[in-house]
Amino acid sequence: MRIARKAFVSSSGEGGDVLRDIAFTLAHGEVGAFVGPSGCGKTTMLRIVAGLDTEFDGAVARPPGAIGMVFQEPRLLPWRTVDDNIRLIAPHVDEAKLAALFDTLGLATHRAHFPGELSLGLARRVALARAFAVEPRLLILDEPFTSLDQPLAVRLRDELAMLVDRRPVTTLLVTHDLDEAARLADRLFLLSARPARILAEVPIQQPRAARAPADIAALKAAIARQQPTSG
Amino acid sequence: MLRLLSLALFFATWMLGASLAGEQMLPGPVAVASAILGEARSGALFLHLGATLARVLLAFALAMTIGTALGLVMGRVPAADRLGDPWLLILLNLPALVVVVLAYIWGGLTEAAAIAAVAVNKLPTAIVTVREGARALDPGLDEMARVFAMPRWRTFRHVVLPQLFPYLAAAARTGLSLVWKIVLVVELLGRPNGVGFEIGIAFQLFDVTRILAYALSFTAVVLAIETFLVQPLERRASRWRLRPA
Repeated sequence: MRIARKAFVSSSGEGGDVLRDIAFTLAHGEVGAFVGPSGCGKTTMLRIVAGLDTEFDGAVARPPGAIGMVFQEPRLLPWRTVDDNIRLIAPHVDEAKLAALFDTLGLATHRAHFPGELSLGLARRVALARAFAVEPRLLILDEPFTSLDQPLAVRLRDELAMLVDRRPVTTLLVTHDLDEAARLADRLFLLSARPARILAEVPIQQPRAARAPADIAALKAAIARQQPTSG
Repeated sequence: MLRLLSLALFFATWMLGASLAGEQMLPGPVAVASAILGEARSGALFLHLGATLARVLLAFALAMTIGTALGLVMGRVPAADRLGDPWLLILLNLPALVVVVLAYIWGGLTEAAAIAAVAVNKLPTAIVTVREGARALDPGLDEMARVFAMPRWRTFRHVVLPQLFPYLAAAARTGLSLVWKIVLVVELLGRPNGVGFEIGIAFQLFDVTRILAYALSFTAVVLAIETFLVQPLERRASRWRLRPA
Protein backbone atom coordinates (compact mmCIF):
# COMPACT_ATOMS: atom_id res chain seq x y z
CA MET A 1 0.00 0.00 0.00
CA ARG A 2 1.29 3.35 -0.96
CA ILE A 3 1.20 6.04 1.63
CA ALA A 4 0.44 9.60 0.78
CA ARG A 5 2.04 11.74 3.36
CA LYS A 6 1.26 15.41 3.66
CA ALA A 7 2.64 17.55 6.35
CA PHE A 8 3.09 21.23 6.58
CA VAL A 9 3.55 23.61 9.39
CA SER A 10 2.15 27.10 9.62
CA SER A 11 1.08 29.20 6.71
CA SER A 12 1.36 32.90 7.39
CA GLY A 13 -1.28 35.01 5.81
CA GLU A 14 -1.90 38.68 6.51
CA GLY A 15 -2.17 39.43 10.18
CA GLY A 16 -1.10 36.13 11.61
CA ASP A 17 -1.27 32.45 10.97
CA VAL A 18 -4.16 30.83 9.22
CA LEU A 19 -2.95 27.32 9.85
CA ARG A 20 -0.70 26.14 12.60
CA ASP A 21 1.11 22.83 13.06
CA ILE A 22 -1.11 20.83 10.81
CA ALA A 23 0.40 17.46 9.99
CA PHE A 24 -1.39 14.40 8.77
CA THR A 25 -1.00 11.36 6.61
CA LEU A 26 -3.52 9.53 4.50
CA ALA A 27 -3.04 5.98 3.33
CA HIS A 28 -3.69 5.11 -0.30
CA GLY A 29 -7.42 4.97 -0.94
CA GLU A 30 -8.26 6.53 2.39
CA VAL A 31 -10.85 9.28 2.66
CA GLY A 32 -9.89 11.97 5.13
CA ALA A 33 -12.48 14.54 6.12
CA PHE A 34 -11.63 17.83 7.76
CA VAL A 35 -14.39 19.38 9.80
CA GLY A 36 -14.17 22.81 11.26
CA PRO A 37 -16.00 26.10 11.68
CA SER A 38 -16.31 28.28 8.60
CA GLY A 39 -13.44 30.63 8.01
CA CYS A 40 -10.98 28.50 9.93
CA GLY A 41 -8.65 28.05 6.99
CA LYS A 42 -9.89 24.81 5.51
CA THR A 43 -9.83 26.13 1.98
CA THR A 44 -6.35 27.55 2.52
CA MET A 45 -5.20 24.13 3.56
CA LEU A 46 -6.71 22.51 0.49
CA ARG A 47 -5.10 25.08 -1.78
CA ILE A 48 -1.74 24.22 -0.27
CA VAL A 49 -2.34 20.50 -0.68
CA ALA A 50 -3.44 21.08 -4.29
CA GLY A 51 -0.27 23.04 -5.01
CA LEU A 52 -2.12 26.27 -5.75
CA ASP A 53 -0.57 28.07 -2.81
CA THR A 54 3.17 27.73 -2.38
CA GLU A 55 3.67 30.50 0.15
CA PHE A 56 3.89 28.42 3.29
CA ASP A 57 6.40 26.82 5.59
CA GLY A 58 6.49 23.10 5.51
CA ALA A 59 6.24 20.37 2.94
CA VAL A 60 3.49 18.51 1.16
CA ALA A 61 4.06 15.08 -0.33
CA ARG A 62 1.44 14.24 -2.92
CA PRO A 63 0.98 10.84 -4.49
CA PRO A 64 2.29 10.85 -8.06
CA GLY A 65 -0.34 11.19 -10.76
CA ALA A 66 -3.33 13.32 -11.52
CA ILE A 67 -5.16 15.46 -9.00
CA GLY A 68 -8.91 15.79 -9.20
CA MET A 69 -10.41 18.75 -7.45
CA VAL A 70 -13.93 19.96 -6.76
CA PHE A 71 -13.98 23.59 -5.75
CA GLN A 72 -16.61 25.32 -3.67
CA GLU A 73 -18.03 26.73 -6.88
CA PRO A 74 -18.31 24.37 -9.86
CA ARG A 75 -15.73 26.34 -11.92
CA LEU A 76 -16.84 24.96 -15.26
CA LEU A 77 -16.04 26.61 -18.57
CA PRO A 78 -19.34 28.33 -19.39
CA TRP A 79 -18.50 28.46 -23.13
CA ARG A 80 -18.05 24.71 -23.47
CA THR A 81 -20.66 21.99 -23.22
CA VAL A 82 -20.76 19.61 -20.28
CA ASP A 83 -19.18 16.94 -22.45
CA ASP A 84 -16.39 19.25 -23.61
CA ASN A 85 -15.80 20.52 -20.09
CA ILE A 86 -14.86 17.01 -19.09
CA ARG A 87 -13.06 15.96 -22.26
CA LEU A 88 -10.86 19.04 -22.24
CA ILE A 89 -9.65 18.16 -18.77
CA ALA A 90 -9.52 14.42 -19.34
CA PRO A 91 -8.77 13.98 -23.05
CA HIS A 92 -7.89 10.30 -22.74
CA VAL A 93 -11.00 9.31 -20.84
CA ASP A 94 -12.48 5.98 -21.85
CA GLU A 95 -15.86 6.44 -23.54
CA ALA A 96 -17.54 3.61 -21.62
CA LYS A 97 -16.17 4.82 -18.31
CA LEU A 98 -17.32 8.34 -19.04
CA ALA A 99 -20.80 7.12 -19.93
CA ALA A 100 -20.94 5.14 -16.68
CA LEU A 101 -19.83 8.20 -14.75
CA PHE A 102 -22.51 10.33 -16.37
CA ASP A 103 -25.07 7.65 -15.59
CA THR A 104 -24.06 7.43 -11.94
CA LEU A 105 -24.33 11.17 -11.51
CA GLY A 106 -27.56 11.49 -13.48
CA LEU A 107 -25.95 13.65 -16.15
CA ALA A 108 -26.53 11.45 -19.18
CA THR A 109 -29.17 13.75 -20.66
CA HIS A 110 -27.18 16.93 -20.05
CA ARG A 111 -24.00 16.18 -21.98
CA ALA A 112 -24.74 18.66 -24.77
CA HIS A 113 -25.85 21.45 -22.44
CA PHE A 114 -23.84 24.49 -21.54
CA PRO A 115 -23.12 25.04 -17.82
CA GLY A 116 -25.31 28.14 -17.83
CA GLU A 117 -28.29 25.96 -18.60
CA LEU A 118 -27.73 23.76 -15.55
CA SER A 119 -28.96 24.21 -12.02
CA LEU A 120 -26.31 24.58 -9.34
CA GLY A 121 -26.85 20.98 -8.27
CA LEU A 122 -26.27 19.70 -11.78
CA ALA A 123 -23.24 21.94 -12.25
CA ARG A 124 -21.75 20.53 -9.05
CA ARG A 125 -22.27 17.03 -10.39
CA VAL A 126 -20.42 17.99 -13.56
CA ALA A 127 -17.56 19.29 -11.43
CA LEU A 128 -17.60 15.97 -9.57
CA ALA A 129 -17.63 14.04 -12.84
CA ARG A 130 -14.71 16.11 -14.09
CA ALA A 131 -12.67 15.33 -10.98
CA PHE A 132 -13.32 11.61 -11.36
CA ALA A 133 -12.80 11.54 -15.12
CA VAL A 134 -9.08 12.28 -14.77
CA GLU A 135 -8.79 9.08 -12.68
CA PRO A 136 -7.01 10.99 -9.95
CA ARG A 137 -4.56 9.56 -7.46
CA LEU A 138 -5.58 12.36 -5.15
CA LEU A 139 -9.08 13.76 -4.93
CA ILE A 140 -9.63 17.10 -3.23
CA LEU A 141 -13.14 18.21 -2.34
CA ASP A 142 -13.77 21.68 -0.97
CA GLU A 143 -17.24 21.80 0.56
CA PRO A 144 -18.60 20.20 -2.58
CA PHE A 145 -22.24 20.29 -1.52
CA THR A 146 -22.69 23.67 0.13
CA SER A 147 -25.66 25.82 -0.80
CA LEU A 148 -27.63 22.85 -2.05
CA ASP A 149 -30.90 21.90 -0.46
CA GLN A 150 -30.63 19.07 2.05
CA PRO A 151 -32.19 16.16 0.08
CA LEU A 152 -30.06 16.94 -2.96
CA ALA A 153 -26.91 17.25 -0.85
CA VAL A 154 -27.66 13.87 0.71
CA ARG A 155 -28.17 12.27 -2.66
CA LEU A 156 -24.98 13.70 -4.11
CA ARG A 157 -23.13 12.60 -1.01
CA ASP A 158 -24.33 9.04 -1.55
CA GLU A 159 -23.32 9.19 -5.18
CA LEU A 160 -19.89 10.37 -4.12
CA ALA A 161 -19.60 7.54 -1.60
CA MET A 162 -20.48 5.10 -4.37
CA LEU A 163 -17.84 6.54 -6.71
CA VAL A 164 -15.14 6.43 -4.04
CA ASP A 165 -15.99 2.81 -3.17
CA ARG A 166 -15.96 1.80 -6.81
CA ARG A 167 -12.50 3.14 -7.46
CA PRO A 168 -10.51 3.75 -4.29
CA VAL A 169 -8.70 7.05 -4.36
CA THR A 170 -6.95 9.00 -1.66
CA THR A 171 -9.44 11.71 -0.88
CA LEU A 172 -9.31 14.90 1.10
CA LEU A 173 -12.69 16.34 1.94
CA VAL A 174 -13.29 19.59 3.70
CA THR A 175 -16.68 20.41 5.14
CA HIS A 176 -18.40 22.14 8.02
CA ASP A 177 -21.10 19.48 7.95
CA LEU A 178 -20.44 16.66 10.42
CA ASP A 179 -23.10 14.48 8.79
CA GLU A 180 -21.31 14.64 5.50
CA ALA A 181 -17.95 13.86 7.08
CA ALA A 182 -19.32 10.95 9.14
CA ARG A 183 -20.97 9.48 6.07
CA LEU A 184 -17.97 9.69 3.76
CA ALA A 185 -14.74 9.55 5.72
CA ASP A 186 -12.40 6.79 6.81
CA ARG A 187 -10.65 9.23 9.07
CA LEU A 188 -12.01 12.41 10.59
CA PHE A 189 -9.95 15.43 11.51
CA LEU A 190 -11.49 18.09 13.72
CA LEU A 191 -10.10 21.55 13.18
CA SER A 192 -10.10 24.46 15.61
CA ALA A 193 -11.05 28.02 14.78
CA ARG A 194 -8.41 30.19 13.14
CA PRO A 195 -5.50 29.66 13.28
CA ALA A 196 -6.60 26.12 12.49
CA ARG A 197 -5.02 23.26 14.37
CA ILE A 198 -6.00 19.62 14.40
CA LEU A 199 -7.96 19.09 17.61
CA ALA A 200 -8.64 15.42 17.18
CA GLU A 201 -8.20 12.60 14.71
CA VAL A 202 -11.00 10.03 14.60
CA PRO A 203 -10.59 6.89 12.51
CA ILE A 204 -13.82 5.25 11.39
CA GLN A 205 -13.53 1.50 10.96
CA GLN A 206 -17.00 0.70 9.71
CA PRO A 207 -17.12 0.52 5.89
CA ARG A 208 -18.98 3.37 4.23
CA ALA A 209 -21.69 1.25 2.67
CA ALA A 210 -22.59 -0.34 6.01
CA ARG A 211 -23.12 2.89 7.88
CA ALA A 212 -26.72 3.25 8.91
CA PRO A 213 -28.22 6.56 10.05
CA ALA A 214 -28.00 5.30 13.64
CA ASP A 215 -24.27 4.63 13.28
CA ILE A 216 -23.72 8.09 11.89
CA ALA A 217 -25.67 9.61 14.76
CA ALA A 218 -23.54 7.65 17.24
CA LEU A 219 -20.40 8.80 15.48
CA LYS A 220 -21.55 12.38 15.63
CA ALA A 221 -22.30 12.09 19.33
CA ALA A 222 -18.84 10.65 19.94
CA ILE A 223 -17.30 13.49 18.00
CA ALA A 224 -19.38 16.11 19.78
CA ARG A 225 -17.96 14.86 23.07
CA GLN A 226 -14.45 15.42 21.72
CA GLN A 227 -15.22 18.86 20.40
CA PRO A 228 -17.20 20.62 23.09
CA THR A 229 -16.64 24.12 21.70
CA SER A 230 -18.19 23.56 18.27
CA GLY A 231 -21.85 24.30 17.92
CA MET B 1 -38.13 47.55 -40.97
CA LEU B 2 -36.76 50.55 -39.13
CA ARG B 3 -33.23 50.16 -40.53
CA LEU B 4 -34.53 50.22 -44.11
CA LEU B 5 -36.63 53.27 -43.40
CA SER B 6 -33.63 55.03 -41.93
CA LEU B 7 -31.58 54.15 -45.01
CA ALA B 8 -34.33 55.51 -47.26
CA LEU B 9 -34.32 58.73 -45.25
CA PHE B 10 -30.55 58.97 -45.80
CA PHE B 11 -30.96 58.76 -49.58
CA ALA B 12 -33.83 61.24 -49.54
CA THR B 13 -31.71 63.73 -47.59
CA TRP B 14 -28.85 63.14 -50.00
CA MET B 15 -31.07 63.80 -53.03
CA LEU B 16 -32.51 66.92 -51.44
CA GLY B 17 -29.02 68.18 -50.61
CA ALA B 18 -27.86 67.47 -54.16
CA SER B 19 -30.73 69.45 -55.68
CA LEU B 20 -30.00 72.36 -53.32
CA ALA B 21 -26.20 72.41 -53.66
CA GLY B 22 -26.05 71.57 -57.34
CA GLU B 23 -24.50 68.55 -59.09
CA GLN B 24 -21.05 70.15 -59.03
CA MET B 25 -20.77 70.28 -55.23
CA LEU B 26 -22.86 67.23 -54.32
CA PRO B 27 -23.85 64.83 -57.08
CA GLY B 28 -27.02 62.82 -56.42
CA PRO B 29 -27.18 59.07 -55.75
CA VAL B 30 -27.95 58.30 -59.40
CA ALA B 31 -24.86 60.09 -60.68
CA VAL B 32 -22.67 58.39 -58.08
CA ALA B 33 -24.17 54.99 -58.85
CA SER B 34 -23.48 55.38 -62.53
CA ALA B 35 -19.91 56.45 -61.73
CA ILE B 36 -19.48 53.31 -59.62
CA LEU B 37 -20.85 51.25 -62.49
CA GLY B 38 -18.50 52.90 -64.94
CA GLU B 39 -15.45 52.25 -62.76
CA ALA B 40 -16.59 48.69 -62.19
CA ARG B 41 -16.95 48.08 -65.93
CA SER B 42 -13.42 49.29 -66.63
CA GLY B 43 -12.15 47.06 -63.82
CA ALA B 44 -10.42 49.97 -62.08
CA LEU B 45 -12.84 49.84 -59.16
CA PHE B 46 -11.97 46.25 -58.27
CA LEU B 47 -8.26 46.86 -58.71
CA HIS B 48 -8.30 49.73 -56.24
CA LEU B 49 -10.77 48.17 -53.85
CA GLY B 50 -8.69 45.00 -53.85
CA ALA B 51 -5.46 46.87 -53.18
CA THR B 52 -7.01 48.78 -50.28
CA LEU B 53 -8.68 45.69 -48.86
CA ALA B 54 -5.42 43.74 -48.95
CA ARG B 55 -3.66 46.52 -47.05
CA VAL B 56 -6.47 46.78 -44.54
CA LEU B 57 -6.45 43.06 -43.84
CA LEU B 58 -2.67 42.81 -43.58
CA ALA B 59 -2.30 45.81 -41.27
CA PHE B 60 -5.31 44.69 -39.23
CA ALA B 61 -3.99 41.15 -38.79
CA LEU B 62 -0.55 42.43 -37.86
CA ALA B 63 -1.86 44.92 -35.30
CA MET B 64 -4.31 42.44 -33.77
CA THR B 65 -1.75 39.65 -33.42
CA ILE B 66 0.95 41.79 -31.86
CA GLY B 67 -1.60 43.79 -29.87
CA THR B 68 -3.19 40.65 -28.41
CA ALA B 69 0.17 39.22 -27.40
CA LEU B 70 1.39 42.45 -25.80
CA GLY B 71 -1.97 43.21 -24.19
CA LEU B 72 -2.08 39.75 -22.66
CA VAL B 73 1.41 40.06 -21.21
CA MET B 74 0.73 43.57 -19.89
CA GLY B 75 -2.56 42.51 -18.37
CA ARG B 76 -1.08 39.55 -16.53
CA VAL B 77 2.44 40.68 -15.58
CA PRO B 78 2.44 43.89 -13.51
CA ALA B 79 6.11 44.61 -14.24
CA ALA B 80 5.47 44.40 -17.99
CA ASP B 81 2.53 46.73 -17.56
CA ARG B 82 4.59 49.36 -15.77
CA LEU B 83 7.34 48.98 -18.35
CA GLY B 84 5.06 49.20 -21.35
CA ASP B 85 2.59 51.80 -20.16
CA PRO B 86 4.61 54.95 -21.00
CA TRP B 87 5.30 53.60 -24.49
CA LEU B 88 1.63 52.90 -24.89
CA LEU B 89 0.72 56.46 -23.90
CA ILE B 90 3.18 57.90 -26.40
CA LEU B 91 1.90 55.64 -29.17
CA LEU B 92 -1.73 56.41 -28.33
CA ASN B 93 -1.15 60.14 -28.62
CA LEU B 94 1.06 60.09 -31.70
CA PRO B 95 -0.99 61.50 -34.59
CA ALA B 96 -1.60 59.00 -37.39
CA LEU B 97 -0.25 61.42 -39.95
CA VAL B 98 3.10 61.72 -38.14
CA VAL B 99 3.51 57.95 -38.05
CA VAL B 100 2.69 57.66 -41.75
CA VAL B 101 5.03 60.45 -42.84
CA LEU B 102 7.89 59.17 -40.69
CA ALA B 103 7.37 55.60 -41.94
CA TYR B 104 7.63 56.81 -45.54
CA ILE B 105 10.73 58.89 -44.80
CA TRP B 106 12.50 56.08 -42.97
CA GLY B 107 11.24 53.15 -45.00
CA GLY B 108 10.80 54.73 -48.40
CA LEU B 109 7.54 54.75 -50.36
CA THR B 110 7.20 50.99 -49.99
CA GLU B 111 4.35 48.63 -49.28
CA ALA B 112 6.05 47.44 -46.10
CA ALA B 113 6.37 50.99 -44.76
CA ALA B 114 2.73 51.68 -45.59
CA ILE B 115 1.39 48.61 -43.81
CA ALA B 116 3.71 49.02 -40.84
CA ALA B 117 2.54 52.62 -40.43
CA VAL B 118 -1.10 51.57 -40.35
CA ALA B 119 -0.41 48.69 -37.97
CA VAL B 120 1.47 50.98 -35.57
CA ASN B 121 -1.54 53.30 -35.52
CA LYS B 122 -3.92 50.51 -34.62
CA LEU B 123 -1.58 48.70 -32.22
CA PRO B 124 -2.01 50.78 -29.02
CA THR B 125 -5.82 50.63 -28.97
CA ALA B 126 -5.67 46.87 -29.51
CA ILE B 127 -3.21 46.53 -26.63
CA VAL B 128 -5.34 48.66 -24.30
CA THR B 129 -8.51 46.69 -25.03
CA VAL B 130 -6.90 43.27 -24.70
CA ARG B 131 -5.10 44.37 -21.54
CA GLU B 132 -8.48 45.17 -19.98
CA GLY B 133 -9.62 41.68 -20.92
CA ALA B 134 -6.51 40.06 -19.51
CA ARG B 135 -7.02 41.88 -16.21
CA ALA B 136 -10.58 40.59 -16.02
CA LEU B 137 -9.61 36.91 -16.45
CA ASP B 138 -11.26 34.66 -13.86
CA PRO B 139 -8.62 33.47 -11.36
CA GLY B 140 -10.90 30.59 -10.39
CA LEU B 141 -10.78 29.05 -13.84
CA ASP B 142 -7.05 29.63 -13.93
CA GLU B 143 -6.63 27.61 -10.73
CA MET B 144 -8.88 24.92 -12.09
CA ALA B 145 -6.67 24.59 -15.18
CA ARG B 146 -3.60 24.44 -12.97
CA VAL B 147 -4.89 21.78 -10.58
CA PHE B 148 -5.98 19.58 -13.46
CA ALA B 149 -2.61 20.20 -15.16
CA MET B 150 -4.16 21.39 -18.40
CA PRO B 151 -1.49 21.84 -21.08
CA ARG B 152 -0.61 25.48 -21.83
CA TRP B 153 -1.98 25.64 -25.33
CA ARG B 154 -5.26 23.98 -24.36
CA THR B 155 -5.62 26.37 -21.44
CA PHE B 156 -5.05 29.32 -23.72
CA ARG B 157 -7.48 28.10 -26.35
CA HIS B 158 -10.31 26.94 -24.11
CA VAL B 159 -9.93 28.90 -20.89
CA VAL B 160 -8.25 32.20 -21.73
CA LEU B 161 -9.33 32.92 -25.30
CA PRO B 162 -13.10 32.59 -24.70
CA GLN B 163 -12.80 35.06 -21.84
CA LEU B 164 -10.89 37.47 -24.06
CA PHE B 165 -13.30 37.10 -26.92
CA PRO B 166 -15.59 40.06 -26.12
CA TYR B 167 -12.54 42.28 -25.82
CA LEU B 168 -11.05 40.94 -29.04
CA ALA B 169 -14.35 41.52 -30.80
CA ALA B 170 -14.46 45.09 -29.53
CA ALA B 171 -10.88 45.66 -30.63
CA ALA B 172 -11.66 44.18 -34.05
CA ARG B 173 -14.78 46.31 -34.45
CA THR B 174 -13.13 49.62 -33.75
CA GLY B 175 -9.94 48.41 -35.37
CA LEU B 176 -11.41 47.63 -38.76
CA SER B 177 -12.94 51.07 -39.22
CA LEU B 178 -9.86 52.83 -37.86
CA VAL B 179 -7.50 50.82 -40.05
CA TRP B 180 -9.33 51.45 -43.28
CA LYS B 181 -9.45 55.18 -42.64
CA ILE B 182 -5.71 55.30 -42.06
CA VAL B 183 -5.03 53.08 -45.06
CA LEU B 184 -6.63 55.77 -47.23
CA VAL B 185 -4.23 58.37 -45.83
CA VAL B 186 -1.28 56.07 -46.47
CA GLU B 187 -2.44 55.51 -50.03
CA LEU B 188 -3.02 59.18 -50.63
CA LEU B 189 0.50 60.03 -49.51
CA GLY B 190 2.56 57.34 -51.10
CA ARG B 191 0.95 54.48 -52.98
CA PRO B 192 0.24 54.18 -56.70
CA ASN B 193 -3.11 52.45 -56.26
CA GLY B 194 -5.98 51.90 -53.84
CA VAL B 195 -9.04 53.89 -52.88
CA GLY B 196 -6.97 56.59 -51.17
CA PHE B 197 -4.87 57.09 -54.29
CA GLU B 198 -8.01 57.44 -56.44
CA ILE B 199 -9.52 59.93 -54.03
CA GLY B 200 -6.30 61.93 -54.15
CA ILE B 201 -6.56 62.20 -57.93
CA ALA B 202 -10.24 63.06 -57.74
CA PHE B 203 -9.40 65.76 -55.22
CA GLN B 204 -6.98 67.37 -57.65
CA LEU B 205 -9.73 67.41 -60.27
CA PHE B 206 -12.43 68.42 -57.78
CA ASP B 207 -14.35 65.36 -58.99
CA VAL B 208 -16.84 64.90 -56.14
CA THR B 209 -18.70 62.14 -57.98
CA ARG B 210 -15.58 59.99 -58.12
CA ILE B 211 -14.71 60.69 -54.49
CA LEU B 212 -18.15 59.54 -53.39
CA ALA B 213 -18.11 56.58 -55.76
CA TYR B 214 -14.92 55.17 -54.26
CA ALA B 215 -15.69 56.06 -50.67
CA LEU B 216 -19.15 54.48 -50.78
CA SER B 217 -17.91 51.37 -52.55
CA PHE B 218 -15.37 50.71 -49.86
CA THR B 219 -17.80 51.49 -47.09
CA ALA B 220 -20.01 48.82 -48.62
CA VAL B 221 -17.12 46.36 -48.51
CA VAL B 222 -16.49 47.11 -44.83
CA LEU B 223 -20.19 46.76 -44.05
CA ALA B 224 -20.22 43.42 -45.84
CA ILE B 225 -17.25 42.19 -43.81
CA GLU B 226 -18.99 43.29 -40.63
CA THR B 227 -22.31 41.65 -41.53
CA PHE B 228 -21.10 38.44 -43.11
CA LEU B 229 -17.90 37.79 -41.19
CA VAL B 230 -17.66 39.60 -37.85
CA GLN B 231 -21.26 39.24 -36.70
CA PRO B 232 -21.70 35.54 -37.52
CA LEU B 233 -18.38 34.81 -35.80
CA GLU B 234 -19.54 36.71 -32.75
CA ARG B 235 -22.84 34.86 -32.70
CA ARG B 236 -21.07 31.54 -32.95
CA ALA B 237 -18.66 32.34 -30.16
CA SER B 238 -21.35 33.59 -27.81
CA ARG B 239 -23.95 30.92 -28.51
CA TRP B 240 -23.46 29.60 -24.97
CA ARG B 241 -24.87 32.90 -23.72
CA LEU B 242 -27.88 33.03 -26.01
CA ARG B 243 -29.56 29.87 -24.89
CA PRO B 244 -31.98 30.38 -22.07
CA ALA B 245 -31.19 28.72 -18.77
